[in-house]
Amino acid sequence: MATLQINNLHAKVAEEGGETILRGVDLEVDSGEIHALMGPNGSGKSTTAKVIAGHPAYEVTDGEITLLLDDEDVADIDEEVPAEKREWDLLALEPNERAALGIFLGFQYPAEIEGVTMTNFLRQALNAKSEEREELFENEEEAEADADEESGYDTSPMEGPADDGDIGVAEFQQLLKGKMELLDMDEKFAQRYLNAGFSGGEKKQNEVLQAAILEPAIAVLDEIDSGLDIDRLQDVSEGINALRDEQGTGVLQITHYQRILDYVEPDHVHVMIDGEIAQSGGADLAKKLEDEGYDWVREQVYETA
Amino acid sequence: MSSDQDHLQETDTEARFEFKKEERSSFQAEKGLTEETIRVISEDKGEPEWMLKRRLRALEQFQKMPMPTDWPGQPDLSEVDVDQIIPYIRPDVETRESVDDWTDLPDDIKDTFDKLGIPEAEKNALSGVGAQYESEVVYQNMQEQWEEKGVIFCNMDEAVQEHEDLVREHFMTKCVPPSDNKFAALHGAIWSGGSFVYVPEDTVVEMPVQAYFRMNSEGMGQFEHTLIIAEEGSEVHYIEGCSAPKYSAFNLHSGGVEVFVGEDAHVQYSTVQNWSKNTYNLNTKRALVEADGRMEWISGSMGSKATMLYPASILKGRGASDNHITIAFAGEGQNIDTGAKVYHNAPNTKSTIESKSISKDGGRTNYRGLVHIADGASDSSTAVECDALMFDNESTSDTMPYMEINESKVDVAHEATVGKIGDEDIFYLQSRGLDDDDAKQMIVSGFIEPLTEELPIEYAVELNRLVELEMEGSLG
Repeated sequence: MATLQINNLHAKVAEEGGETILRGVDLEVDSGEIHALMGPNGSGKSTTAKVIAGHPAYEVTDGEITLLLDDEDVADIDEEVPAEKREWDLLALEPNERAALGIFLGFQYPAEIEGVTMTNFLRQALNAKSEEREELFENEEEAEADADEESGYDTSPMEGPADDGDIGVAEFQQLLKGKMELLDMDEKFAQRYLNAGFSGGEKKQNEVLQAAILEPAIAVLDEIDSGLDIDRLQDVSEGINALRDEQGTGVLQITHYQRILDYVEPDHVHVMIDGEIAQSGGADLAKKLEDEGYDWVREQVYETA
Repeated sequence: MSSDQDHLQETDTEARFEFKKEERSSFQAEKGLTEETIRVISEDKGEPEWMLKRRLRALEQFQKMPMPTDWPGQPDLSEVDVDQIIPYIRPDVETRESVDDWTDLPDDIKDTFDKLGIPEAEKNALSGVGAQYESEVVYQNMQEQWEEKGVIFCNMDEAVQEHEDLVREHFMTKCVPPSDNKFAALHGAIWSGGSFVYVPEDTVVEMPVQAYFRMNSEGMGQFEHTLIIAEEGSEVHYIEGCSAPKYSAFNLHSGGVEVFVGEDAHVQYSTVQNWSKNTYNLNTKRALVEADGRMEWISGSMGSKATMLYPASILKGRGASDNHITIAFAGEGQNIDTGAKVYHNAPNTKSTIESKSISKDGGRTNYRGLVHIADGASDSSTAVECDALMFDNESTSDTMPYMEINESKVDVAHEATVGKIGDEDIFYLQSRGLDDDDAKQMIVSGFIEPLTEELPIEYAVELNRLVELEMEGSLG
C-alpha cells in the first residue's frame, strides 16, 4: 500500500513576484482510499493537484511531498527493493518519474494531441512507465552497464527499437479492449486521436481509462465531474470505484459538488480555504458543505487564526 | 600560379575527366558557367544535337535572368555565386571517387547513418556505389514485370538515348520550360541524371516506383531531372529520395521534376529529402493534369541551409484535381521556404493544400502558396490549410498565401494556424510517463501524421526517426 504524504506544502506561481497559492497544505492519501478535496474557487485545489504531478508553472517554496511504497507497490521489480528506494521525495523528480512511481493526474482540461491515436499513446505511455520504473529501481552497477549498452545502435529503424521488455501491440490491444469494456466505452475510441474532438464527457471518461491502464498507486482527479450529464457522471463514477476496488488505487478527488460523491463515496473529505486544508471529516462533511456552503468553514478558520 | 593551385587544378582535372584527361584540360580553365562547359557536359554524355541546343538555350535564359531577391521574406541567396558554378560541380564528382570509403564522408552524414541505426553494409550502400548495386537489383526484378506492360523506368540520361522521341517531346517543353525561373534555366543547362518513368494507357503500376540512392553515384546528380509520363487511365506512385541524406559536399541542388498526368490518370509523387546543412535547395517541380486526372504531391523537406520549393499543378482539363501535402522542418540557421502552386484552368477542378511546418532553435519556415482560378474555371474548389508549429520564441514561421480568383462560381477556403508547442501539452504527456523529449516527439509525430500516413511504412518510420533526430539537435 502506497502512501502520499503532503506536509506543510507552500507553492507560488513560478514567475517573478508570482502569487502564493498554497500556504501550508497537509494531506495524507493511502492507496485504496477515496479522499474528496473540496473548497471554493481559487482556494488552491487544482494547484495542489498540479504540484503533486510536478507542473512547471508552480514553484514549491516550502514543505514536502513524499511517496511511501510497500512490497506490493514494487512487486513488479525483479530484485529486492532496498529501504532507501521505498521513500521518494517527489519534489526532486520529473513529472514522468512521478508517473512511473505511481502518481496519476486526471486533468480537468486534458490536452488534445492530433495525429496520435489513443492506442499508440497509451501503449507508449505504458512502455515509458515500465522503462522508467526499471531505471528508478535499478542499482548503480546495472545503471552503468545499461549506459554502456545504450551507446551503440544495434537495430535498424526498419525493425523498430529493441524493446524486449515492452508490451507488444497485440497484447496491448487486448488489455485496452478489456478496460474499455469495463468503462463502457465505444471501441472506436481506440483509433481516435488523443482527446481531439472529444466531448467534455468523453475526455473525462478517457482520463479514467488512462488511470485504468496505467494502474497508478495514487490518482489525483481534478474536477473529473465538471460538465458531465447524469449518465456520463455515473459511468465516470463507476470507473473511479473500479480503480479503487480492482486496482487498489488511492483517489484524491477534487470537486466542487456533492453530486459525484453520491456515486463515489469518499472515506475522507477535506475542505480547502485560501491554500490550506481548513477542515477534514468523513462523507457527512461533504453533505454539510452541500447544505451550508463554505462560509462556516471560513469563519472557523478566521476565528482560530 | 602557386604550386597549390597547380595541384588543385590537376586534381580537378583528374576527378572531373578521369577517362579523357587531356582533351578536357582546357575546360577547367574556364571560370563560371559557359557555353563551352555545356558542350563538354553534353558531349561527355553522347547526347543528340537537340538536347545540346536545349541546354544552350537554357544557358542563355539563365544568363539573362536576374537572381530572385525581392520576394517578401525570401531566403538570402547572396552566397549562391553563379559565376562559381563549375567549382560547385567538382566536389560532387569527387564524391564519386570517394564513396566506397566510408571514412571520407562528412561527420554529420556519418552520424546520421549511425543514429538511424543503419548497419554497415547498408551504410556502404547508401554512400554510393553499393547503393547503385542495391537499387539495380530491385530495379531489375521489377523491370521484367513492368516491361511486359510497356512501363519504362530508367535513368534520365539513358532515356535521352533510348526513348528519344518521348523525351524530346516532353523534356522541358510544355511543363517546366527553362524560362520559368532562373534555377529552372540553370537546371536546363546543366541537368544530369534523374529518373524517367513512362506508364502506358490504362496501366496500373501497383507498387511504388522508387528512385532511391541514385543521385550519389551519378556524377553531377545534384541537378537531377525527373520526367514522369502517365498516359490516359494509368496510375503510378513514384517515390524519390529517401530519408538518408543525399551526400553533398556540394552546396547547390537544383533539380527539376516534370509530371504529365493524362486524362483520368493518377500520379502520386512522394519525396522525403534530407539535405546537408550547407545546401541551397532550389527546385522546380510541376505537373500538367488533363481532364479528370489526379495529381498528388507529398513532400517532406528536411535539412538544407535554404530551400525554395513550390511544387505546382496546372489543372488543364475539366475535372482535374490536385492534392498537396508538404512538411518542412527548420532548425538553427535554416530557412525553409516552401509551399504549393495550383492553377485551375478548367471547370470542375479541385485542389487541396495541406502544409505543415516545424521550426526550432531560431529556424525559419515560410509557407508560400499560390492558387490561381482562371476566368471560366467555374465550379472549381480549393482548400488551403497551413499549420505551423514552433518550439521556441526564437523561431519564425510566416504564411504567405496568394489567391488569384478570376471566377465567381467557385469555392475557396483558407485556414492557417500557428502554434507554439504548448507547455500544457507536454506536461500532459509527461504526467502519463513520457519524458520531455518523448513528449515533444509524440506531438511532432502527430503533427506530421498526414504525411507519414501517405508514405509506405519504411519511409514513414525513417521520416519519424529523422524528425526525432532533428529535434534532439543531433543532426548536422
